[in-house]
Amino acid sequence: MREIKCDACHHINREGTELCESCGKPLVEKQQAEGKETKKLLNMRYDGSSRRSMTYNKSVVDRVWNFFSSVKVGVTLIVITLIASAVGTILPQQMYIPQNVQPEVHYKDQYGLIGQIYYQLGLHELYSSWWYMILIALIGISIIIASIDRVVPLYRALKNQKPTRHTTFIQRQRLHSKTDDVTDADKHTFISNLKRMRYKVTEDNGHVLAEKGRFSRWGPYVNHVGLIIFLLGALLRFVPFMYIDDFVWVREGETVVVPDTNGEYFIENKDFIIETYGDSEEDTRFKEALENQSGPIAKNFQTNAVIYRNVETVVGAEPQLEKFKEDSILVNHALKFDGFALYQTSYQLNEFKSMSFIIHETNDADETELASFKVDLTNPAEEYQLDNGFRVMIDQYFPDYYIDDGEPRSQTKNPKNPAFVFLVYPPDSSEPEVSFAGIGRNVDASGENQYKVGLQDFEVRDVTGLTVRKDYTLPILGLGGIIFMIGVIQGMYWQHRRVWIHPKNNGLWLAAHTNKNWFGIKKDIEKAIMKTNINMVVDQEQEEQELQKQQEQNK
Amino acid sequence: MGDLITLSGNFLYLAFILYLIATFFFAGTIRDKKTEGTSTFSSKVAISLTILGFISQTGYFITRWMASGHAPVSNLFEFTTFFGMMLVFSFIIIYFIYRLNILGLFALPIALLIIAYASMFPKEISPLVPSLKSHWLYIHVTTVSLGEAILAVSFAAGLIYLIKEIDQTVRSKRTTWLEIVIYSILATLGFIIISTTFNALNYNATFEFPFEGDISSVDYQLPPLAGPNEGTLLTTERMNPLFEVPSWMQGVNAARKFNTLLWSLITGLGLYIIARAVLRKRIAAAIQPLLKKTKSDLLDEVSYRAVAIGFPVFTLGGLIFAMIWAQEAWNRYWGWDPKEVWALITWFFYAAFLHLRLSRGWHGERSAWLAVIGFAIIMFNLIAVNLIIAGLHSYA
Ligand code: HEM
Repeated sequence: MREIKCDACHHINREGTELCESCGKPLVEKQQAEGKETKKLLNMRYDGSSRRSMTYNKSVVDRVWNFFSSVKVGVTLIVITLIASAVGTILPQQMYIPQNVQPEVHYKDQYGLIGQIYYQLGLHELYSSWWYMILIALIGISIIIASIDRVVPLYRALKNQKPTRHTTFIQRQRLHSKTDDVTDADKHTFISNLKRMRYKVTEDNGHVLAEKGRFSRWGPYVNHVGLIIFLLGALLRFVPFMYIDDFVWVREGETVVVPDTNGEYFIENKDFIIETYGDSEEDTRFKEALENQSGPIAKNFQTNAVIYRNVETVVGAEPQLEKFKEDSILVNHALKFDGFALYQTSYQLNEFKSMSFIIHETNDADETELASFKVDLTNPAEEYQLDNGFRVMIDQYFPDYYIDDGEPRSQTKNPKNPAFVFLVYPPDSSEPEVSFAGIGRNVDASGENQYKVGLQDFEVRDVTGLTVRKDYTLPILGLGGIIFMIGVIQGMYWQHRRVWIHPKNNGLWLAAHTNKNWFGIKKDIEKAIMKTNINMVVDQEQEEQELQKQQEQNK
Repeated sequence: MGDLITLSGNFLYLAFILYLIATFFFAGTIRDKKTEGTSTFSSKVAISLTILGFISQTGYFITRWMASGHAPVSNLFEFTTFFGMMLVFSFIIIYFIYRLNILGLFALPIALLIIAYASMFPKEISPLVPSLKSHWLYIHVTTVSLGEAILAVSFAAGLIYLIKEIDQTVRSKRTTWLEIVIYSILATLGFIIISTTFNALNYNATFEFPFEGDISSVDYQLPPLAGPNEGTLLTTERMNPLFEVPSWMQGVNAARKFNTLLWSLITGLGLYIIARAVLRKRIAAAIQPLLKKTKSDLLDEVSYRAVAIGFPVFTLGGLIFAMIWAQEAWNRYWGWDPKEVWALITWFFYAAFLHLRLSRGWHGERSAWLAVIGFAIIMFNLIAVNLIIAGLHSYA
């Protein structure tokens, strides 16, 4: 490694250093601020410490490193991602179109040619596309490399904060002034004023450095660490163990096992409640809004639930349930236990629970009951022994009856529209009569039945639909978020301000630097030199700009 | 209950008037001999009126909360009004850091426009659907508006910078873009004027049109330039639409909204042409001389500072709190719905802004343009995404 010796203070600096790390004297010819035309001012970025990306560019590793450490590249990546994200909102993403349609048909039908192109380019699933993921990943890499590239020189620069600085360094700061005669009393007032403003003052042989808000310089690195943790957290979603997403229907009065808990937890639905606005006294305040709506507005969906724990340890044995937790589940109020969360996401009102039938003679207009039976629709018995010697067997059961091409079928397993084919054995007969019965249906297939099965009554109950979630990535995301916020606030609401006092004969030279908010540091100095004869610092950058403007106008 | 609503409405009205008068006093500071940053009679009256207006608007907020039983940030009227209130609040904060009077002359009219715009939406108090019933909703909505309002102050300062700094002696791309920015502000004013006018006339035209296999109907409050696709006019003695919107415009109200947009743009254009005819020069060129004594670097500083303060607040409200609420309400912290995506876009944009400024030295004019673009993105998210791209968040 090539080293650079400072000719003023003989300090040995690392290769790539621009300002001597000890006294601040420029070590290279062209040492000026990026993007600024001024020749006069020093580039104070990282106080001129050596940055890897600015020093090496030979090997492939160097090149890759330099590429990703460039803010230009980083910002370009951000802007590309930004534009891509916007494109994804032009038409709805696939997850927001109706569930029961074919996407390729839907996009074409609804949006014509644009929709077709959108679909064909895969923009309907943009946010989970490989190239969108890669963009995010590249931003992540860029953040890491750019941060490491700069945090090293920043550390070196901030570690070496010496009061004594070379005159060139002092003169070529953006804020600078010279005062020929300054009394000790004035200098003392100045310094103690700075101290009162919470500047930390270090002195060395009359040279003074007053500094405040140094910690704010770490802000960007802290926030970038937060971002990286957040990204990693989001990535962990793809690890199976970290994330469970399931769903369960629970009928009122039923207790079922909670999926993905290995049979350890059970949930009972005690009651499902649905409320709409307009029922209660206090809803009168919304009268006007409710009248302007065509349908009712939902007020509350709620499941009163009990969680049980299975304490039976023998595998395969009947579970032994112990009450574990009782709570209601509402939208915006999940039930949480042992890393799981149950969310109120769906419901089904008035599902049939049981049906009662009677048997009467077919040609009895009064339908006098000869026998009756009740079928539990979730768990129907196969055979029913009845009064007067009747016997009924269930031949077929369609919980959710419909006709498909003339054939009776069940659409789902849930008793939404139950229907049965019964075999009715009259007293002392071994020849059954076949009877079909359902809601509003009563069909005698043969047309010769002596007895008829009639629906007499039914019971209904509600079913709640709960999403079952377990997400171990949430704490990581939370941590990332908190660290990000701390870093941003640290870097944004505070600034690193430095004031150097350089004794010169009977007077002193003043220089000041801040990483941002020059207005603030000028105000500080103005306040600190009040009632002294020390000259206010001049903003040399502004001065130069105004000079340039004048020259242009004179042309 | 009804009394509280009336009281609340009066507070809002009073606030509006106070902001309006304050604007004139801020205008008065232009003629003050003293340099910017010092307080004069005019400026003291102006900021005092602004604060009184803010207190009155806070009164509106509290009484409406009492009347409805929930924080009034749950429909477009309430949310937009609140955004206007936060804009005034942010202005007051920035004012006390920098005492820049000219900022009031720009920030207050923007707040006035926003509040007037809000009052074009239905104002009745509305019940909350279950997913909105969460403390996180209030926390999320209030912080996100505060963040966006602070960023809007950055826009105001950036706009002043551009009007002051852009060379108006020759016509250029920059002068044109600046006029476009001013025109969009006028189009908002146009929307308010045209809606109020036809509201006063009780204009109504009803259309029937096929929608998702059914027949739907829609009421126009403005004469139909653009009618619904395959719609028929039911109301008699009303003009027939000049054309029908294309069939891909989704939603029951899509055609009506598009019609309103057209009217706003046309009225805005009318206002712009009148202004040009009266001033006989570009509007920005006419304003420029008024800004003579304002220091450009101070404007630049204010514009940047507002972003530096607003960005963390926006991140907290628009992303972090939003994610917590989404996790509570929909059991997913992020769902890529358009409103969320546009919040992310806003965040990316201001992150790029900060990087360009800190690491690539984008100060002055470039930074001011970025502040303008950022505000355009925010407004797009507030208005266009709600009106055009419907998502889970669309209140109206
Ligand atoms: C969306 C992603 C990003 C966010 C939200 C973000 C956020 C921030 C913030 C808030 C700052 C402080 C700016 C200021 O103080 O004015 C910062 C600084 C910085 N960021 Fe990022 N950043 C992101 C991505 C990146 C990327 C991709 C790079 C890669 C080049 C990068 C490199 C830097 C650098 C070099 C600094 C300046 C550090 C310094 O001068 O001390 N950032 N970032």
